[in-house]
Formats: sequence, C-alpha cells, structure tokens
Amino acid sequence: MAAVLDLRDVVKDYASEAGAFRALHGVSFVVEQGEFLAIMGPSGSGKSTLMNIIGCLDTASEGSFRFDGTDISDFDETALARLRNDAIGFIFQQFNLLPRLSALGNVALPLVYAGLARSEREARAREGLALVGLADKEASRPSQLSGGQQQRVAIARALANNPRLVLADEPTGALDTKTGAEVLALFRTLNAERGVTAVIVTHDPGVAAATNRVVRIQDGLITYDGPPTPEALAGGAGHEYADVSA
Amino acid sequence: MFGSMVAEAWSALIANRLRSSLTMLGMIIGVAAVILMLAIGSGVQAYIENSISSLGSNLLIVNSGAARSRGGFSQGGGTAPTLTLDDADAIAKLPGVIAAAPQSGFGSQIVAGPANWLTQVATSTPSWFQVQDWFPDEGRPFTEMENRQAARVAVLGRKVADELFGANDPLGQQIRVRGITFTVIGILPSKGQGIGGANRDDTVVLPLTASQRLVQGGGTFRRSIRTISLSVETPEDLESTEEAITQLLRRRHRLDASEVNDFTITNITAVGDTFKETTAAISLLLGAIGGISLVVGGIGIMNIMLVSVTERTREIGIRMAIGASRAAIRLQFLLEALMLSLVGCLAGVAIGAGVAILAGKFLPFETVISPASIIVSFAISAAIGIFFGWYPANQAAKLSPIEALRS
Repeated sequence: MAAVLDLRDVVKDYASEAGAFRALHGVSFVVEQGEFLAIMGPSGSGKSTLMNIIGCLDTASEGSFRFDGTDISDFDETALARLRNDAIGFIFQQFNLLPRLSALGNVALPLVYAGLARSEREARAREGLALVGLADKEASRPSQLSGGQQQRVAIARALANNPRLVLADEPTGALDTKTGAEVLALFRTLNAERGVTAVIVTHDPGVAAATNRVVRIQDGLITYDGPPTPEALAGGAGHEYADVSA
Repeated sequence: MFGSMVAEAWSALIANRLRSSLTMLGMIIGVAAVILMLAIGSGVQAYIENSISSLGSNLLIVNSGAARSRGGFSQGGGTAPTLTLDDADAIAKLPGVIAAAPQSGFGSQIVAGPANWLTQVATSTPSWFQVQDWFPDEGRPFTEMENRQAARVAVLGRKVADELFGANDPLGQQIRVRGITFTVIGILPSKGQGIGGANRDDTVVLPLTASQRLVQGGGTFRRSIRTISLSVETPEDLESTEEAITQLLRRRHRLDASEVNDFTITNITAVGDTFKETTAAISLLLGAIGGISLVVGGIGIMNIMLVSVTERTREIGIRMAIGASRAAIRLQFLLEALMLSLVGCLAGVAIGAGVAILAGKFLPFETVISPASIIVSFAISAAIGIFFGWYPANQAAKLSPIEALRS
C-alpha cells in the first residue's frame, strides 16, 4: 500500500515584486495510511505553502511529491480537481460552508461534483451528518448553527467522498476552548475507529498535543518529526530567533 | 450534476429578487417591445389584406381628370368628367377584364315613410355588382334591361335598410331620393368597415340611367361619367390591363404624345402593397429598437454577473478545493446568466403578448401574436445570456483556488 503522502526534497518558489522568494527549501517526510499528525509552525514558516502542496491546490517547483503513490507534478487543473474531489477532504478555520445551502446540501456538495445521483448523495450526506452527531440539523442553514456545529458539518463534508486524506487548516482557530476540544476529540475518534488519515496544520501546541505525530517547520525547513513530546511542543507559536542581544 | 447546477442557478436568482428583477428589466422590456411591435405590425398587415379583398380584389379604378399629385396615389381632381359610357364599354372588351362598371356617386337623404337617413348613393350599371363582387343576398340586383329603361329600382346596403325599415322587410318598399320614388329590389350582405373606417354597408345603389335622368338634375342624359371601376381575372393582369387601358383611352380621347392623361388609374392592390411594405418596414424598425434594448439587457446581465463573481470569490475557492473543475465553475455561472436571460424573456413574452391582446381590443384590428416570434425571442435571449455571461463565467473559472480562498 503506497504512502498517502510522500515528499522528497520539495522546494517551492514564488515570484514576487521583490524577486523570487523560496518558501520551502527542501522538505521531506512520509505519511502512511491511518496516521494522525500535526504540521506545526509559526506564521511565515511555510506551513501554508506546504499545506497547499499536500492538498493538491498547488504544485512543487522542485523535488518529488507523490500522492497515494502518484506523481502529480504534471497534472493539469482538471486532473487536480478530480483528485481533490476524490481523495482529499478540506477543513478550514473559517468553516467555509456555503451559506445558501442547508447542512445536508453542504455535506453533499463534493458528491455533486463527483457526479452522484441525488438520492445517493442525500443518503450519504445523511450518514455523514449522523457520524458527526448532527442528524437532526440536516435542514438548517449555516447561519442557524453554532461555530462548533458548523465545523462538524464541515468535517462531515470533508468525509463525504471517503477521501484518502483529511487536511485541516487550524480547525479550532475560530472556536472556544471547550468546542475546540470537542472537535479535536472527533478527529481522534474518526482516526482511531475508522482509520481516517488526518493532517492538521496549526501553530497551536495544544492542538498538536492531541495528535500522534508532530512535524515542525520553520523558515521552509523541517526542524522536527516525531511524537508530540513536551520538548517538541515547547515554544510553539513563537519564532526561534538567534540571540539578538549579542 | 447538471440538474443540481440548474437548481443552484435558480436559487441564486431568487436569493436576491430585487437585484435579479432589475437586471432582467432590459431583457423584459426588449422582448416585450419586439413581441408587441410584431403583433401590431402583423395585425395591420392582416387588416389591410382583408380590407383589400373585401373591396373586391383585382380592382382597378379609372377616374376622370388628370393626376394632381405625385406619389403612389393618383388623385383625379379634374373639372368636367372626361370618361364616357362608351369608354366603359370599350374597357370591358379588353382581354383579361371581367367586367367594367361606369359609376357616379353623390350624397343624399333617403326617405322611407317617417324615416330618413343620409347616405352615399352609388349609381352604376349591373356590372357594378360583378366588379365589386358584391351581390344582394336578399332580392336581386337590377338588370341590364332595367338600366336601359331607367327603371326606378334600388339596392340597399344593410345599414341603410336597417335604419329606414328596422325589422320590417324592405323588399318591395318605396324610398325617395331627392323627391324621386324608387322601389327596393335587393339588400346587399354586410361587409363591415372598409379602408378609412367608412361603413361599406351605408350605401344605396341605383341604376345609372335612372339616377342621371331623374335625380341628378336637368333631365338631360349625359354620357360622361366620373369613374369606371373594373375587375380583372388575375392579379398578374392588373399591370398589363392598366397599360392597355391607358393606351385605349389615350387613343379614344385623341391625346397626342405631348399631352398627359386626362384620367387616372388606381390599383388598389398596389396601394395596399405599398401600405403593407411600409408597415413591415416600420415594424422592423421598432423591433430593431427593441433589439437594442435586448443588447443593453445583456450588458446588464454581464455587469451583475461580474459583481456576483467578485462577491462569491471565496465560495468559488471552496468549490474548487472540494473538487469543482474550472469547467464546472464556468458552467455554473453561465447557467445563472442564462437563467436571468430566459426568465426575463418569459416575463417579456407574457407582458408583450398581454399588452398585444389588450391593444387588439382598442384598435380597429386584431393583433396577431405569432408563435415564431416567441420562439425566436427565446432563442435570441438564450444567445444573449450565453454571450454576455461568458466573460464573467470565464473570470470565475480562471481564479486560483488558493487566492480565492484567501479573499
């Protein structure tokens, strides 16, 4: 079984007004099926860039990235879209539900683009809502749901097409501590009981502590890849600046 | 997927009813205007056709007196009548002429017992009925013999008969025209309104000889008449016969090459054709103006769709992240534009047809709403929706998902 994610010396350059900017300087790691890990780093570390590449929203400038064993470097946008629809479930800090659709409609949206028939879509969407404990809210609009409920709908949406990977960008960032903890618990359950492979991108050591593995990134390079020990999580949100007093 | 996109396009439309309605206004007005103009134009055309054919198609009218004005209309405004009964006989003998009727007319009170009525009196030979293609359906027309004998008989139009006799049977009754008594021998069937709104049933027909001798004064029988009307066998004969009559009369009146005709020939059908062409041109022009409104409507749709794309940039990013292809995004926005234009067209058709039907009640003719114009309207509206929706839809499809999600 191929690894879900296989990155080798991935480099990403951006063109900007100030000239070429290198966001990733050669990142390598592997994520196997069933893992639950956090990518942790401060802002400007390149974690968003890394997330976009893992999520197949962007392609690497150099190096090799294999998603589920496939090299996607020469995929066109249509192929990438199909891959995302089929194999990746996104969860965002701002929930990003469509306001005009009901909870059921939101969860079913990936299935629309997968070309499923209506009855099939609705059946699967109901299952998904039941899974996250919101079966009774299927007709509610996002504006009628609390933040935690919206995020759970988003999780159900991410799982709708049985993806190989669930990719979450600061999923608890807009939630209070208690609700955030509930959402993280949901992630753990889904991973432990259903084998969902989940990657959470965050700057918050509290979130990383809930996972099984932490990959730390700083200035476009991996600085740590291992279990979420207290030392690994220490100094989480800040930058490790060289001593400036000297 | 397509069905779900159509449903989403619809819900996008009704999500902001005011905005959608205002956007569709250009389309609605344009389509309504086009449908209405075409309906009225067709109605006028049909009205003219009917009027012409009720006059007796294939009709030529020769009037004495030289033409006074230019244009497609000949106007005889002359002094002494220059046409004679013999001219009429000669014309009747031309090839292609079915019948020629010399006629004169005057206005007069008609008295029957206590009732009287002011009407136009037509005086002619029995050929008149054939030329006008209008025979009495009660009683009979007067005969050649009666005309020669100047018999005092009369044929009434429906309106005159009703006014003078009401529910009683006019046949065999007496009427007096300028003091002279005539016996009613026939009633003409109703023909309704003619061109110009005159009531064709408001008429009395007398034999030419009787009226000339007895009514129009002097007792002197003059062989000159004002008008000869004639019918030809087929519409194709109209022009050649007109030519033949011109030659004939010029010869008979001994006009040399330098003199103009002392008569005019009017081809009602040609006049009607000119009317129809003019009406068609005007309808087309007004329709074109409606078409301009359609284009403006299309620009309005494009404008609103561009705004919509900007407003929903993040939503587009989300959809792309979830797996919508660029084609799917483009299609979605195209469908929204198309829905705006088609719903606008539907409303326009309803309003245009509604006003056309209403107008038909107030105008002297029926308006004709053609199914073809409705189908063409929908086709053009669809084309406008796609054409003006393309650019915004493409803008949406070209967005980078990462950038869109950031907005």
